[in-house]
Amino acid sequence: MALPKYTETHYRIWHYIYLTICAAVFFFLMAPLFVIFPLSFNAEEFLVFSDGMKRLDPDAFSLRWYQDMIYGTKNPWGLAAKNSFIIAIFATIGSVLLGTVAALGLSSRHMPYKGLIMAVLISPMIVPLIISGVAIFFFMAKAGLAATHTGIVLAHIILGTPFVVITVTATLSGFDHSVTRAAASLGSNPVNTFTKITLPLILPGVISGGLFAFVTSFDEVVVVLFLAGLENTTIPIQMWTGLREQLSPTILAVATCLIVLSTLILVTAELLRRRSERLRGINQ
Amino acid sequence: MSSENKQILTTDGIPLEVSLKKAEKKNKVKAFLLVAPLLLFIIITYVFPIGDMLMRSVDDKMVTEMLPKTYKSMETWDGEELPPEEVFEAFYFDFQKLIEEEREGKLSTQLNYTKNGFKSIIKKLRRKSKSFEEGNYKEQIMAVHKRWADVEYWRAIKQRAPAYTYQKYLKGMDMFENEKGEIVNVPEDRRVHRILWLRTLEIAFFVTVFCFLMAYPIAHLLATLPMKYSNLLMICVLLPFWTSLLVRTASWMILLQQQGIVNDFFVMIGLVTDDNRIEMMFNKTGSYVAMTQILLPFMVLPLYSVMKTISPSLMRAGKSLGGTPFIAFWKVYFPLTIPGIGAGCLLVFILAIGYYITPALVGGASGTLISNQIAFHMKSTLDWSFASAMGLMLLTGVLAIYWLYNKLVGIDNIKLG
Repeated sequence: MALPKYTETHYRIWHYIYLTICAAVFFFLMAPLFVIFPLSFNAEEFLVFSDGMKRLDPDAFSLRWYQDMIYGTKNPWGLAAKNSFIIAIFATIGSVLLGTVAALGLSSRHMPYKGLIMAVLISPMIVPLIISGVAIFFFMAKAGLAATHTGIVLAHIILGTPFVVITVTATLSGFDHSVTRAAASLGSNPVNTFTKITLPLILPGVISGGLFAFVTSFDEVVVVLFLAGLENTTIPIQMWTGLREQLSPTILAVATCLIVLSTLILVTAELLRRRSERLRGINQ
Repeated sequence: MSSENKQILTTDGIPLEVSLKKAEKKNKVKAFLLVAPLLLFIIITYVFPIGDMLMRSVDDKMVTEMLPKTYKSMETWDGEELPPEEVFEAFYFDFQKLIEEEREGKLSTQLNYTKNGFKSIIKKLRRKSKSFEEGNYKEQIMAVHKRWADVEYWRAIKQRAPAYTYQKYLKGMDMFENEKGEIVNVPEDRRVHRILWLRTLEIAFFVTVFCFLMAYPIAHLLATLPMKYSNLLMICVLLPFWTSLLVRTASWMILLQQQGIVNDFFVMIGLVTDDNRIEMMFNKTGSYVAMTQILLPFMVLPLYSVMKTISPSLMRAGKSLGGTPFIAFWKVYFPLTIPGIGAGCLLVFILAIGYYITPALVGGASGTLISNQIAFHMKSTLDWSFASAMGLMLLTGVLAIYWLYNKLVGIDNIKLG
């Protein structure tokens, strides 16, 4: 963004103001994440930077809140983490299976009522979560699935499929259909064509949709609040209760772990996106 | 020249047109079968339950079924003065049946929704009615409590006669149907919902404006910087986007609390004195700040994807034709970004209008939104039909915006990252 030499002074000044504004906005976006990190290593119980921390005194830092998170006697984080992972994994598998198959159908140019069906399939993403929560709760209560893992997994499949449908249809929009016809003309049956030709090509889209579904489920709290019993507690529910009652440093330790996890997911998603763009570039 | 009318045949002798239609139909069925499992799943577990919400919000059969004799005898009662003896008698027998089935508690809850004060007098009637003598029920019931002799309570019972009602929707707008059947506003000091609706709209609107003002410059920067820098900066947008909502809310709670870092900073630069720290949490400010930061990526991403497609030579052309950079920006660049602005604003507005978690944690009493009220009725008062009615009112608003979004941008054009 270097300015040309002939730029007049007041545009030059304006340009630096613009860059300062941008820097401030990036700071606003990122700063909250960085506050959590050091405070989770606080040796004291308060959620402010102690004088020792400001002096970078090593005694002011400790891992006690991480210890508390893992070994704490009355801490429910272990059960919550286990439940969260189980629910998120099954919800992801369900969303990816249903979503990918549906996206294949939706991308076909023969699909009737495409717009209407797409709108219905994407609606769980647009409808406010609180309404989805109420509606899904009514269904699960009638079906006898409230306060069960199955119920929560089904609810998260509902919320996760729109992401898979969107990412996979986007990937398929750049898909060269002559390769599947070529496979068919060479004698391959449809199932084989799908597993050997289509799937490898759309895999980046499928995986990034899956990541969205995973994060949606792993981070979802509104619907779970309606559905979960004591046995089905998840990390977001524990954080929600913790934040409502008392903001303890243990929550910050958990939050730090979640930030690390989301960084990993972000890196994976970015790598996949670039790979998918490269692949599509070759196709064109 | 007869060959022109001749149909073209495929190798197996079927006219080409017929054969093509058949193949097309087969493809259509195939495509539909692929979509069918998900479509069925969503319809059964999601679309029908929303319909169920609609039913619940207007359903009022419960009271109608609990007091069948009473309502039959009330048909001839005009509601002007106290009902005649036969109504009291019918009510007594209905009530005895409810006591046998242990459902009189439910009746009192339901009637209390219509008019406050039913709970205690029904409890009292239950106790006293054991020693009732046969005949002259009007006198005996009216002797239980003076409210039983008040015609307004009997009108309230009559109001619950129809099996369907739109009362819950009126209540959601702080209105009610009075005993004469007119729709009137509730007294000013008891209006809660209108304030909540307005506040929800206000917060959603301002959060959208703040997001737009902050997102536009950085989306522009991301779109114009060389790839290697913009990829790095993009992480600053995507990392918050992928980070748990609760984590981000928690960090705002730490930042905004009275002894928090933002206040420390203000004290340090001398903006406020130490004993005068600003309250930024548990009020609207908290909701604004936290929601803006959380929803900002949803504005940046659509803006960025639109700006990315605008060729930089357009701005250069504008300038070389004599426009100052500002005029070139305003007349050339800005109009081209309007689709992105529309998409981003509608997305953020839709998300903000239904926000629940963040306002509940940092909003306090003055920063809560309509969603919090819905959750409150679902979990605390257990008035599910009222929660459903308010949910559907919110949903109608969102669907209207969704429809607008579809008109302007198209649902298929939603992009994620």
